[in-house]
Amino acid sequence: MSTLVYTESGRKPATASYDKVIPAGEGWMHRINRGQTLRIVDLEGNQAADTFFFSAQDVSERYSAQDTIREQEAIYLTTGTKLMSNLGRPMLTITADTCGRHDTLGGACAAESNMVRYDLDRRFMHSCRDTFLWQMLTSGYPVTKRDLTHNINFFMNVPVTPEGGLQFADGVSAPGKYVELRADMDVLCLVSNCPQLNNPCNAYNPTPIQVLVWDESC
Amino acid sequence: MSTLTETLPAGAMWSMRITRHRLLRLTALERGANVSALFFNATQPLDRLNVPDTLKALHTAKLTRGHVLMSDMGHALVSLTEDSLGWHDPLGGHIHAAQIAEKFGASSYQKDRNDWQRNAHDNFLIELAKHGLGRRDMVANVNFFSKIAVDAAGRMSLVSGHCPAGATVGLRTEMDVLVVLANCPHPLAPSGAYPRVPVRLDIVVTEAPGADDFCRNFRPEGARALTLTERLFS
Repeated sequence: MSTLVYTESGRKPATASYDKVIPAGEGWMHRINRGQTLRIVDLEGNQAADTFFFSAQDVSERYSAQDTIREQEAIYLTTGTKLMSNLGRPMLTITADTCGRHDTLGGACAAESNMVRYDLDRRFMHSCRDTFLWQMLTSGYPVTKRDLTHNINFFMNVPVTPEGGLQFADGVSAPGKYVELRADMDVLCLVSNCPQLNNPCNAYNPTPIQVLVWDESC
Repeated sequence: MSTLTETLPAGAMWSMRITRHRLLRLTALERGANVSALFFNATQPLDRLNVPDTLKALHTAKLTRGHVLMSDMGHALVSLTEDSLGWHDPLGGHIHAAQIAEKFGASSYQKDRNDWQRNAHDNFLIELAKHGLGRRDMVANVNFFSKIAVDAAGRMSLVSGHCPAGATVGLRTEMDVLVVLANCPHPLAPSGAYPRVPVRLDIVVTEAPGADDFCRNFRPEGARALTLTERLFS
């Protein structure tokens, strides 16, 4: 693995305008205004924070994994990455990252994809897709399954081999690692704290994450 | 017996609801083709190609023979039953109007008539609209005939010279599938002249995948996606 670069943030949790712990298997949908900064903390290590963004002005503009990785010509997300929309506009910029790399190829777990990946009897386990759908349904925003596509997996490590293989490698995260993003437009942030029990990437033990928001003036 | 043959000129858009168990074969008529593609369950378009679900199930960052393209509902939409290239790109997305202008210069219908330099993003939107679909339905796509190499640091680069004239890829529909194609440059294509590679499309009747089918036996995840699609017809 190439050397990971870590970027610390000077922001103090005490000055955050919003601070919440999201247990594993639960979700969060929250407006982040342009200029505000969102931090997501992997409290206990190697937890996947499945995350998606919509433009708050027009939800048909949304995060695009393919536009994001292609425009930076690199598959990992880290400090300096601009999260691009499906219309080719920057939505947020990663301004700090103590984990070093994050995945956006692997998508979110779902009842249906668990059946494909693991076994046909895995339909009835909790999944990120169901959390996403429930958050959208109860958010009051005009978003449905139709608006849900290819997300980010903060704290996950999914390398590509020279032969074109996709690996689900050991985590590069650890307790207290975090990523910080500055909003470049008003966005709706959708998070599922991944409940996956079939994958060793979280040691079969989903754990809580923390989300904090700082206002522009802080 | 060919049931449909058509040649997509450079910049073309195309869509069709293709019946279950047809072989859709694309042939690059010159070197350096790129065809951006989307797939939907024609009966329920909310059940649509999901690139991450496909890649993580098959443990792959490329597409080749044996791979099953899956929907976000766990269904096999199409299977790659033929491939002369060994690598098609599921990572690079599709090209937008601004990138076309930046790489290949200004173009308009007024000036260039039907040789104008069309882009995959707008082509997809127009073709989707013909089926009552729109921007919200435009999910991550795949690119046939293109290869993106990824190095140890995660850097992506388009491999030049990957697609020779005559390269083919064959897709078997596993249900009635809405196929949307744009014969437009790959978004990482180098600047210069707008690539103009015609691509022939043939649709022929093919067999349902049996127990010994190559795609069914390529990986157990592909077999399960085929089973989930077959359950729709049970």
